[in-house]
Amino acid sequence: MLTVLPTDTRLGELWPDIWQATGETLLMVALTMLIGGTLGLLLALGLYLTRKGGLYENVVVSVVLNVLVNFFRPIPFIIFIAAVQPAARLIVGTGIGFSAVVFSLILASMFGIARIIEQNLVTVPPGVIEAARAMGASRARIAATVVLPEALAPIILGYTFAFVAVVDMSAVAGLIAGGGLGSFAQTFGYRQYDPTVTWVCVLILVALVQVIQLLGNTLSSRIMRR
Amino acid sequence: MTHPATVAEPLVRLRNVTKTYPAARGRNEVRAVDDVDLDIAAGDIQAIVGYSGAGKSTLVRLLNGLEPATSGSIQVGGTELVGLRERQLRPIRLGIGMIFQQFNLFESRTVWGNLAYPLQIAGVAKAEQQRRISELLHFVGLPDKAHTYPRNLSGGQKQRVGIARALTTNPSLLLADEATSALDPETTHEVLRLLKRVNEEFGTTIVAITHEMEVVRELADHVAVMENGRVVESGAVYDVFSSPKQPVTRRFVGTVVDDEPDAEALAALRSRHPGRFVKVELREGGPRQTDIFAVLLERGISFELVFGGIEEIQGATFGNLTLALDGPETSVDEAVRELAALVTTKEV
Ligand SMILES: Nc1ncnc2c1ncn2[C@@H]1O[C@H](COP(=O)(O)OP(=O)(O)O)[C@@H](O)[C@H]1O
Ligand SMILES: [Mg+2]
Repeated sequence: MLTVLPTDTRLGELWPDIWQATGETLLMVALTMLIGGTLGLLLALGLYLTRKGGLYENVVVSVVLNVLVNFFRPIPFIIFIAAVQPAARLIVGTGIGFSAVVFSLILASMFGIARIIEQNLVTVPPGVIEAARAMGASRARIAATVVLPEALAPIILGYTFAFVAVVDMSAVAGLIAGGGLGSFAQTFGYRQYDPTVTWVCVLILVALVQVIQLLGNTLSSRIMRR
Repeated sequence: MTHPATVAEPLVRLRNVTKTYPAARGRNEVRAVDDVDLDIAAGDIQAIVGYSGAGKSTLVRLLNGLEPATSGSIQVGGTELVGLRERQLRPIRLGIGMIFQQFNLFESRTVWGNLAYPLQIAGVAKAEQQRRISELLHFVGLPDKAHTYPRNLSGGQKQRVGIARALTTNPSLLLADEATSALDPETTHEVLRLLKRVNEEFGTTIVAITHEMEVVRELADHVAVMENGRVVESGAVYDVFSSPKQPVTRRFVGTVVDDEPDAEALAALRSRHPGRFVKVELREGGPRQTDIFAVLLERGISFELVFGGIEEIQGATFGNLTLALDGPETSVDEAVRELAALVTTKEV
């Protein structure tokens, strides 16, 4: 394989670093999905339950949450990461590096995830919720044992979508020396005029996204088909 | 009639019940239920019939507190529901089952899981849950579907699961909101028979909403007719069918039993049949067809049945027959007079 590559690439010696960068990306994305995904889910439940006709209908909370989400969600991550640097310093103790990136990713992703999951939750037919109410279920029980399980298949697709978006966002980490494949490709591919390295990083990212997408689709349709 | 006379307190007692939906953007205030009084005896099957938007669903949702009433009194089993909070309503709802037009099964749970859900809410022990679920699956004829997901069931099977699920906690009252409206006629018939069995074997009182008079005829003991949020007519099914008073009731009754031909049908009939048209009303316990025909035969009047027929409702027969009478003027006059003395008649 290496014989077909241009001879002026440093790919051969960079492999260990590429794998490390891949590991960083995976960790970054996994932490973001774990924490940002959980916070996003809670926010989504807040949006869903307090909306008009919701189980905990509450205009004030609903408006506050919507304004919050609508304010943060459209900010491009490359700007967001710089804008939240002071907050990162305050909370994770540093404005640069891996933890600062993860902090920014979590913050940025949870608003997007909240909106996606909210859209998944509204697919649950109101009649099913009404049936549970008619059986004497409490509102909290309905949220946990009816709304979430009934929306599970679309929620998995929603998280899959978010996962891919977070992989994309994580590439900006280089801006604050956060590591990962994105910054590696910039440093050792783009800036060193080594397109082979760039393309290897791209292919690894593409493979990662493909695997996630496939897993998400399979899982979701398995749930949908039963 | 076929059901015992109402004794003691009714299971459901509504007095001056009104439900108003407040005005919202682009919509005026809606008085969905307007000053309704209704008593439903324990063990009865009460149908509520009316056109779309009459307020039937709203009324039935007041009975388990899914919607709070704006004013009036709603008692179920002696407990006043109006003014109760959601938390206080929950234990009461365990004693009130509900089934729906769209079935509203939990798609993420198997049939077994669907039936287990209300039992979990009621805090029933695992072993008792199992006993109850398998008993009910046998009752509705789906013992082999326990581990099937709802999406793999037919409409009729889904509704049978819905019924089983509504019965798990042994409710004394079962609310059915258009339970057969999404089903084909044959499946409708099966589901109605099942509901009848629920009523007979468990003594469950049923409140069934429908816009189909056929459902009322096949299922109900009593019927209330709603229009614009009001109950405009109510009574035993036979009585309402045999002598509807309100125009809306007549229209409904007319969908299953012929009353008299309308103007258009009448014109068509007249062009084909000579003579005078007389509608005679046959009622259970009154003169029978043979008695009517005897009067006509006696006078040598030739007659023909041009419209209507004999129906059976709750085991009692009645019919509205429109006869074309042909013969000498005076004989027909006499015959019509004599018929009028026997039964209710009307020249059409
Ligand atoms: N949640 C609601 N908010 C506002 N208006 C409603 C609501 N539910 C029903 N209505 C109105 O109340 C009236 C009666 O509706 P409904 O009880 O559903 O009638 P039916 O079941 O007889 O078709 C209709 O005019 C309907 O538009
Ligand atoms: Mg309705």
